[in-house]
Amino acid sequence: MESPGIILAFWVLSAITVAGCAMVLVARNLVHALVFLVLAFLGMAGLFLTLSADFLAVAQILIYAGSIAVLMVFAIMLTPLAARDNANSLYLLPALASGLGMAAIVSFVALVTPWAELKGDALAQNDPPTTVAAIGDLLLGRYVLPFEVASVLLFFALLGAIVLVHERGSRESQ
Amino acid sequence: MIDGLSVTLTHYLVVGAVIFGFGTVIALSKRNAVAVLMGVELMLNAVNLTLVSFSRFSSAFPKGEEPLAGHVFVVFVLTVAAAEAAVALAMAVLVYRQRETVDLDRINLLRG
Repeated sequence: MESPGIILAFWVLSAITVAGCAMVLVARNLVHALVFLVLAFLGMAGLFLTLSADFLAVAQILIYAGSIAVLMVFAIMLTPLAARDNANSLYLLPALASGLGMAAIVSFVALVTPWAELKGDALAQNDPPTTVAAIGDLLLGRYVLPFEVASVLLFFALLGAIVLVHERGSRESQ
Repeated sequence: MIDGLSVTLTHYLVVGAVIFGFGTVIALSKRNAVAVLMGVELMLNAVNLTLVSFSRFSSAFPKGEEPLAGHVFVVFVLTVAAAEAAVALAMAVLVYRQRETVDLDRINLLRG
């Protein structure tokens, strides 16, 4: 973690991610906000890479920047008459207060807590060359029951989504 | 603590907290249901970053405990986020069919 490239990468990627989040908040157009959201997701994937989480970085790009973004584009395109101006509701000030307060409290705790953390050489030694094999072992070993439950959850969620938007008997109702 | 030159756990936790704060603001203040969902996804993403950074930096794992368990949790969070996005967007489309809007301010059918 001490190499200057990683430090520079951390700051640049953090700046990209946080700027993407800010632009999601202030963008005037919903589609533009979605593009900035994808930028934030890509920056987050880069941050995962600086944490040597290679599998998660790829999964982040595939799932968040890929499929969830496409799903949101579909949702925006399927609601053509709805407002696309990314407007704020009346609760902007309370929302700002709660968001700022939450970020401040968590940052304060993160700053004052003496974390039991690895540093320098110990950190470099602890890094596995690749995380994919270890994640696969854990998913099909110790966490096999949550893994199966997650797959059932995903199946029923997608089934539910299809059932919800399926146009039942639209011909009869016309 | 932040000491300036090296990147530590605290840096990542602060970035995660800031992103979570942005996600909270977006989820609470936006009018469009899809924009609210964007805020929720950002919050989930910030938690993922926190999990991965703890998994990498923490030296407090007991002997024999896998530090990569944090990565497995992130995989589960990704799964649940994908499922939640699919159902939420399907509901947005469904509401749009009934009301021709996805403005959360105007979906007030249950108001007394």
